[in-house]
Formats: sequence, structure tokens, C-alpha cells
Amino acid sequence: MEYHALHDAPFVFPNDAHPAWSIMIVIYPYITGMVAGAFVVSTMYHVFHREALRPVARLAVVTSLCLGSCATLPLLLHLHQPQRALNVVATPSPSSAMAGFGFIYSFYMLVLLVDVWLLFRPAIVERAHSAPGPWKNVYRALALGVLEITPRAAEIDRKLIHALSVIGIPAACILHGYVGFLFGAIKANPWWSTALMPVIFLTSAVVSGIAVLTLLYLFLCRSSRMEPDEECLRSLSRLLWMFLVLAVTFEFGDLLHVAYEREEEWHVIRELLVTKLRFSYLTLQVLIGALLPLLILPIPAFTRVATPAFRHACTGVAAVLVLVQVAAMRWNVVVGGQLFSKSFRGFVDYPVTWLGREGLLAAAVVLAMPMLLLWGAMKLLPVWPPNPESDSGVKA
Amino acid sequence: MSLFELPILPMSATIAAGGCASGGCVTGGCASGGCSTARPDQASETSRREFLKTATTLTLGAMSLTLLPGAMAGDESSSAATPPGGGHPDAKKPMYGFLIDTTRCTGAGKCLTACRVENSVPEGQARTWVERYVHFKDGRVEVDLVPEIGYAASGEPQPEAEDVLRAYFVPKLCNQCVDAPCNQVCPVHASIKSPEGIELVDADRCIGCGYCVQACPYGIRYMNHETNVADKCNWCYHRVMRNEQPACVEACPTGARVFGRIDDPDSEISKRLATLPTSVLKQHLGTIPLTRYVGLTDEVT
Repeated sequence: MEYHALHDAPFVFPNDAHPAWSIMIVIYPYITGMVAGAFVVSTMYHVFHREALRPVARLAVVTSLCLGSCATLPLLLHLHQPQRALNVVATPSPSSAMAGFGFIYSFYMLVLLVDVWLLFRPAIVERAHSAPGPWKNVYRALALGVLEITPRAAEIDRKLIHALSVIGIPAACILHGYVGFLFGAIKANPWWSTALMPVIFLTSAVVSGIAVLTLLYLFLCRSSRMEPDEECLRSLSRLLWMFLVLAVTFEFGDLLHVAYEREEEWHVIRELLVTKLRFSYLTLQVLIGALLPLLILPIPAFTRVATPAFRHACTGVAAVLVLVQVAAMRWNVVVGGQLFSKSFRGFVDYPVTWLGREGLLAAAVVLAMPMLLLWGAMKLLPVWPPNPESDSGVKA
Repeated sequence: MSLFELPILPMSATIAAGGCASGGCVTGGCASGGCSTARPDQASETSRREFLKTATTLTLGAMSLTLLPGAMAGDESSSAATPPGGGHPDAKKPMYGFLIDTTRCTGAGKCLTACRVENSVPEGQARTWVERYVHFKDGRVEVDLVPEIGYAASGEPQPEAEDVLRAYFVPKLCNQCVDAPCNQVCPVHASIKSPEGIELVDADRCIGCGYCVQACPYGIRYMNHETNVADKCNWCYHRVMRNEQPACVEACPTGARVFGRIDDPDSEISKRLATLPTSVLKQHLGTIPLTRYVGLTDEVT
């Protein structure tokens, strides 16, 4: 196979002119990654007992649930026959990696749902007694009719939460590692086909989950005129920095491997990087999204220089940049992988549109929906940890 | 008693009452499998448990049936695929192959029109196409698509003959891989292989995810703009089942496209395969294409 032919006159296979996967397939791993990442943060407290993360432990699990509830939306919007979507679970093909999605996603969401319910059960039961008017019935429904929690039941709940959090860690890893596998297992595409893709997706997922949680925490503290917990933000900054180092190592290590070996696919990838993905990869994913936060994060993570406000600002800015990095990474993988023809002799354009089922506007709505859900969930459930003295035995 | 006070979930209800947990009792000398003391609601709870057991068994059974390889697709493909000219269902299925002789192709484009008309292929998409490779004396290699109406009628400027070292045409169509990536990745059995080894798309089952389009290394698959399902060359399976040649083969004026039974040593394709050196596209991917080529060069991808 002669990739050097890219330098001759371009030639694109006729069916490659229009990329088959749209921005919705960019958003799908973006949201799924945040689902997995936010859950991992909650397990840092519930399983690994990092007390500093107590202020965001509940927020993390609720955020994960809200994001997870919207994770299938981009897929539905992308499917050309969405009315047949359930065929994936009704008549799955065992040879297809994609067929596993329904089962993996359902299992993870079930674990998450039960986890959230058990975690908030004391608050739900308490509100089922004390809430005013029709809200009382809402909480009674949420309590599934069980309006009393004995100390024994609370103890069992605590054990179940721990067990579900433990189960949730591999489930979250499988959920997002699997998304990476969907791309990594496509041997037709040299930009996707790498055994490291599941690991790359997984580490970037954790990074995006920590980043979105950090931003939410800062935003919610500011909007409710609450002082952010210094140690919590420090812990989040450290986690973010550590997982960003891992993500960057895997992402660029894999690319470096291809570049250094200079196997045949490198000629396509090099052209892709210096032409079509010059801005989104080199500028956004590498410089702005990875290098800058790697330099900024050590300030709030490992030092006590300047004021707390300055360090919080550093954490916030780094979190925003990291979210940009992960979004750029998803774009570069999904769209970038479709910008060269399988003839390996030419490139195509991805037409970005504002309107339509797979346009930017629809994408913005899909991204906003989990935040709306979270707003609703926060009206319904107390995401901030209860005071230790009022804690009814369930680890908040 | 209001709806919310009813013990909807037995487990939760018993936890609240300080009794059982996780399906068994934890207090009062109960065994882990259930209570040793009879309760008034025990009979109904037992029957409910039995019901849940039965329902779970049936559900898992039904799911495992759907997971059996080819449980869904196999039935359909076997019923849809009667051997050409009928025949006993137990008779050995014919094996087909496709041979492209690039040394014979003149880029007439007749095959392209025949395919588009036969299979209602939308404009801008293609089940088959013909590539022209032009090697210039200065070392450049240019590739373009043969227009359906032919080069002369298209009015496109052509390279000067004195600048050209050599040129040839390479028709492309589905490779009908024995180990087809498109078939492997389809999540819903919409990509099915006929008993004759021809890869088909079940348009009534396709969900339009596009995974098969990504997985095909040859760029043959596309999302049909008009039907909104995946589409591809199927060697005119409907014609083959009527003992006819694929439309492109029938339209080719030079015999560059040869289709036939590779399990019949007297067929034209078998004779040509026996005498001509052939190769396949992207052999390193291990897809084992049934479409073979005469005269492929390194430039062809």
C-alpha cells in the first residue's frame, strides 16, 4: 500500500465524500466519559475514603446519573432509523462490539440508579414526612412507600452503597473503555485502529469527569455564596493533574509510537495532523488543552502560593481547558478519522451545520440537558453532604 | 392505607420492619434462604418469588436465544436464498467469485450506468466505480474516477499523450470478504451472508448506525441518502438468483468483469483463475476477498 501517493493529485473514493458519523458521535463519548469520570470521583470518597472529597461525593454521583440519563440521546439523534434502536438489545449480534452497548449501559445505569437511591434514601424518607403539600407525595413515591429507616436498615444501606460503588468502578471503566474499543477495533482506519484506544478513552473520561465536577462545584458554591472547601479543591486539582498526566502519556505516547516507527499509516496521519487537524489537534488538544493545564494545575494542587481565590481560579481555568482538551480529542478522533478517504490519496471536509438533527444547535441542546436534569435533581435532593452530627449512619 | 404505605418492595419493607434483608432473614433465627417462622403473607410472597424466578428464567432464555449466532439472520437468509434455478434445499450451495481483469478494462463506464439503473443507486453514491491511474513521465501518479458518461462526453481536459508513461483502469465493487468486517460489526444482524457467501444488507433490520460503513476497508458501503439504511454492492444477488449475470458484468463490452461459480471447474471464471495470476485488495487486512484482480499495481488501494 502506497501512502506517499497523498502528495500526488488527491483522489477520494466516491462513498467517502460524506463522513458517516456526525458531531453526535463526538458528543456521545464526551458525555459517556463524564459519566464514568464523575462516578470515579464519587468512589474516591465512598470506596477509597478520601475524606477531602466529601463535599462533592454526592454531587458526583448525581451528576453522573444526570449525564448518564442523556448519554443515549446523541446516539438516537444520529441513527438513521431511530425507531429500530431497541433492536440493539432485542436482536443483538454477538460478533458486534456495538451490540454490547445496550447491556453495558443498562447495567451501569442500574448500579448508578440504585446507588443514588440508597445514598439519598434518608433524605427522601425525611422529606416524605416533612415536605409541604404535593411534594410529600413526590417524596413518598421516591421512597417507594418505605417511610421508615431503622438503624439496621441504615447499616445495610451503607454496606450496599459500598458494594455498589465497588461494582461501579469496573462498570464505569468497562462502559468507557468499551466506547474506546468501538473505535480501536476498526482495522479499516489507521487513525482509530490501536489497542490503546480503550485506555486512551478511559483516562480522558476520568479527566473530563473530574473537570466537569470541579467546575460544577465552583459554580454552585459561587451561585449559593458558599465558600468552596479548600482541601476538596486541592484534592480535585491533584486528581485532575494526575489523570491528565496519564491521559496525555497514553494519547501522545501512542502517536509517538506510530510516528517513530514510521509505518505506512504514519504518512496519512502526519498529513492529517498538519493539514485538517492543525488547529483542533495541535493547538486545542495539545497546547491549550493539555500543556497549559499541566502547568497551571500544580499551583492549586501542590502549593499554597497567593490567595485561596487565586488558587481556586487556577483550578477553574485548568478545568475549563481540560474540558476543551477532551472535547477536541473526541472531535479529532471521531471526525478526524473520517477526514481522509480509504483510498489514502485524499482528504474530505466535514460540513458543520447549525440546524438539523445533527447540527450544532441540537448538539448544544444535548449537552445542556444533563445540566438541566442536574438543576432539577438539586431541587429534589440534597447534594451537599449533611452535617456529621445529623448523619444517620449512611456515609454521605 | 395509602398507596405509598403499601409494601411495594418486600425487601425494603422488611428492612424497615427490622426483619429480613437481601431476600432472607437476618434476625429471629431465620435461615438465609427464607424465614423459619410462618407468616400470614408467606404464601403470597412465595408465589411472587416463584413468579419472579419463572419470569427471569424465561427472559434470560429468550435473550440467550437471540444471542445464538445467526439465530435471527440465519433463518432469514436461508429462506431468502434459494439456489439458482431452484433445486433441492439440501443440495450443495454454489460458490461464486468475481474476477476483474484490469488489462481488459477500457473505462467505457457502461457498468456504472447499468449498476445505477439496476439497483436505483442515488446520485453521489456508488455501488461500483472505475478508477483511472495515469503514470506520468515525471513520476507523478494521478487517479480519478471514470465518469458514467465516458471521458469524451464529459468534456474534462485529458492529459497529453506524450506526457503519459502508462495508464490503466481499475473497477471497484464489493469484495465479498469471507471474513467481512462490515458483517462482524453490525449490531443487529442487518448484515447477513447468503448461503452462497454473498454479503447482503437487510434493509428492514438496519438501524442506520453507520458502523459497517466505517468498518469496510474498501469504502464500498454507504448510507443510502434515499432509504436511510446502509447499502452496498451485492453482486446483483437478485439477478444471480434468477441465473442471470450481475448488471455490470452484462454491460461490460470487453469482458473485464467476470462473474461465475468458482466451484465449477468448467466456468469461465474458474478457467481464468486457473491460468492468470491474480491478487486481492488490501490483503494485509486478512478479510479474504472473493473479488480477485488481474494486473493490480502497488498504487491501487
